Amino acid sequence: MAKIIVVTSGKGGVGKTTSAAAIATGLALRGKKTVVIDFDVGLRNLDLIMGCERRVVYDLVNVIQGEAGLAQALIRDKRVDNLHILPASQTRDKDALTPEGVEKVLETLSGDFDYILCDSPAGIERGAQLAMYFADEAIVVTNPEVSSVRDSDRILGLLAAKTRRAERGEDPVKEHLLITRYNPERVDYGDMLTLEDIREILAIDLIGLIPESEAVLRASNQGIPVVHDQKSDAGLAYADTVSRLLGEEVPLRFHEIQKKGLLSRMFGGGRR
Amino acid sequence: MKLLDFFRGERKKSASVAKERLQIIVAHQRSQRDQPDYMPMLERELLEVIRRYVKVDRDAVSISLDKDDDCSILELNVTLPKG
Ligand SMILES: Nc1ncnc2c1ncn2[C@@H]1O[C@H](COP(=O)(O)OP(=O)(O)O)[C@@H](O)[C@H]1O
Ligand SMILES: [Mg+2]
Repeated sequence: MAKIIVVTSGKGGVGKTTSAAAIATGLALRGKKTVVIDFDVGLRNLDLIMGCERRVVYDLVNVIQGEAGLAQALIRDKRVDNLHILPASQTRDKDALTPEGVEKVLETLSGDFDYILCDSPAGIERGAQLAMYFADEAIVVTNPEVSSVRDSDRILGLLAAKTRRAERGEDPVKEHLLITRYNPERVDYGDMLTLEDIREILAIDLIGLIPESEAVLRASNQGIPVVHDQKSDAGLAYADTVSRLLGEEVPLRFHEIQKKGLLSRMFGGGRR
Repeated sequence: MKLLDFFRGERKKSASVAKERLQIIVAHQRSQRDQPDYMPMLERELLEVIRRYVKVDRDAVSISLDKDDDCSILELNVTLPKG
């Protein structure tokens, strides 16, 4: 039985897809059979971040509508064994997904994988609710910003009420806070919420902290999830996050202003 | 604001303003979480009825539902303007 994890946020553009791609890749690199599903029907971009856009033939909607089999739609990752991608449709609208269809797909995948990651669309409406409905755990991606924190709290409300676990009265969905685009310099200056502020306001466990990083854009340009870039701060921070998901205790890093190394001071190079 | 900052005449840092605003917003959102779906509508309609008699602001009316063991109590608070 796979563990189903939704990557969600309410607000758009906070780093859900970046995080879903990095964490799925990180889990597979740790030997876990992992599939990552794009629920952002109509606006798919997980395939771009994963670098498999030219290999998309069928998508989640085709499978649900019975136009293709699951095996035909799943894309095997080129770089990592054990990693598959199920893309979203670019042409259909989000009403093409049905709860029964999604349930069937997840049930089938559940037999073959250890982890199923669901990359949620933005918003708190149907599409986002469907992406979270069958989840066992949720990664709530939050930026240190008022609107993002408020939306994350709305999402926590939905996770507690509008999921299968909630409706069946089972153990609640396990909620994890993932803070992304964190900038320690601005926090230090008093212009950005601190990680303690966010944790205190939302009152859920912190699973990771990803700094604002140039490596993320570089990774998305190339279609290589940033966790592959183990020389970068964001890549290392995502690897730490994966370790914590696997139950390991890993100290936080990149939450304080980093002192420049001797080399970069001598040559004036930016931090990678 | 810290006392020291006050004497220095420093402006309040924007992050601490953000935190205070969020604490209020989140407390409000969470108090509404377990309420029945009809509550926002009920609150709007009550506001309309009150406004037929007195001119009040949107935030002058607040309602909440408290559950006891064997009954629920609907609490309505209306702040009326002076005079
Ligand atoms: N840690 C980060 N540092 C810098 N840029 C980031 C970071 N995380 C995400 N981004 C950028 O933010 C934008 C939105 O990210 P994305 O993952 O698509 O968000 P979402 O899926 O929530 O809409 C992208 O341009 C991405 O490159
Ligand atoms: Mg996205």
